[in-house]
Amino acid sequence: MKNISRLKDVLERGEFAVTGECGPPKGADPEIILEKAELLRGNVDALNVTDNQTAIVRMSSMVACGLLKTAGLDPVLQMVVRDRNRIALQSDILGASALGIRNVLCLSGDHQIFGNQPEALGVFDLDSIQFVQTVKTMRDEGTILGGDVLNKPPEVFIGAAANPFADPMDFRVIRLAKKIKAGADFIQTQCIYNLERFESWMAMARERGLTEKTFILGGVTPIKSAGMAKYMKNKVPGMDVPDEIIKRMEGVPKDKQREEGIRICVETIQRLKEIPGVKGVHIMAIEWEEAVGEIAERAGLLPRPVFNGK
Amino acid sequence: MITGEQKPIDEIREMIAPYKRILALGCGSCVAECASGGEKETAMLASLLRMAAKIKGEDVIIEEQTIDRQCVKEFVIQLDETIGRYDAVLSLGCGAGVQAVSAMFPEIPVIPALNTEFLGETKDQGIWVESCLGCGDCMLYHFGGICPLARCSKQILNGPCGGSIDGKCEVNPDIECAWQLIIDRLSKFGNLDRIENIYPPKDWSKKQGGGPRKIVREDQQK
Repeated sequence: MKNISRLKDVLERGEFAVTGECGPPKGADPEIILEKAELLRGNVDALNVTDNQTAIVRMSSMVACGLLKTAGLDPVLQMVVRDRNRIALQSDILGASALGIRNVLCLSGDHQIFGNQPEALGVFDLDSIQFVQTVKTMRDEGTILGGDVLNKPPEVFIGAAANPFADPMDFRVIRLAKKIKAGADFIQTQCIYNLERFESWMAMARERGLTEKTFILGGVTPIKSAGMAKYMKNKVPGMDVPDEIIKRMEGVPKDKQREEGIRICVETIQRLKEIPGVKGVHIMAIEWEEAVGEIAERAGLLPRPVFNGK
Repeated sequence: MITGEQKPIDEIREMIAPYKRILALGCGSCVAECASGGEKETAMLASLLRMAAKIKGEDVIIEEQTIDRQCVKEFVIQLDETIGRYDAVLSLGCGAGVQAVSAMFPEIPVIPALNTEFLGETKDQGIWVESCLGCGDCMLYHFGGICPLARCSKQILNGPCGGSIDGKCEVNPDIECAWQLIIDRLSKFGNLDRIENIYPPKDWSKKQGGGPRKIVREDQQK
């Protein structure tokens, strides 16, 4: 396989893309991430590797991506600005490209207070939009911040996140526009449960011509239980879980709730496929990677297109 | 003003334990305004420490004095005549005050009684909030007079992040989302276009590029 992004290839060919996610382990065992990734192989085009998500210390995202790359998968390196200043961020972009990692998702990161290192110093030297712009300039102009020229620019497909459900509502699309202007080739959204709000956000994005300028992948997370739905609604920042979803989960017996969660997820994907401007789906089956194959199958996303690898 | 809060009494007692004659030194400026190290607080802390010493049967003399500013030489020099009576100073000044007193009287240990906190404003009676980082390159004009560095938990210059809900910050619902405030304020004055553009990375060299900062004004020197 050539060193180009499979995700980019799929999106540019106009196929409906599927990405998955796997979190590196809380330890040094490389097998754990490889086993998780095997559950996703063939079901997704690329897979995100989270970067110390929820501010909990885990194996380095970059190294985990390197392992997946060696295993023949197309990793999306998530990088947060919480833990690294601009020197380290730019250095890691060069390192990632050297390892053959071809996708990067530039994020702010969950605040350090939420994790297991609440005493850590939050860096936040760049914000996520500035980081996107920096990576774009490195790739397209071959220069770093300050103007120094790189002897070889990094080759990366640049992603950013968007949360259509946070406030202020009217400003959400302006921020999306800023991310695209900064250089986001693709966007992965926060988990979608409130389809109405997502549709109105997409309508605003289309109105501004944004869906022509970037590939938007709608985020979905299958819910395991009614308890998880309530937890996400009440405890996870920026998450919009409507009451009808909670009621639906509560309406089935406990041993059927996983099935209901998958059904909701499949229905959501089917609706996303109908929304103009949505170019793919990002399935975040948190610690439930084995569900991705079934979801992809039932949502009519399989088989995944063969990689051109020009 | 510079704000501070008194350290826990046990921590203070531990730090002053080796000394027999202690001067509790208040400061009449910022820390008086935020009710942590002014004349009143100094008197209260000194009497609390005397009481604790008495209960434990410790033979210690603790006296108090408050000067207008611990961070300005002209005021610190007032201690010249009395300081010789003590073997330690317990300063209720901010971190700058503690160090200015030590610099002027290098022979005597100066112990901090406060935790210096932030540059802030008195929001209400008994409420102080952080509002300035002292970054050395004020950007308030661009952000409608609300500082995203001091008031956004992630110091985002192109906000708001995805955690802004009902005008509150994801870190703590008691915190107002600085970006909601910025947007409201810019909208009010018809300047929302200012944040449609990407605000470039902050030049932190103005804050920490040359190590500890120093202002030299020749026109102010004799």
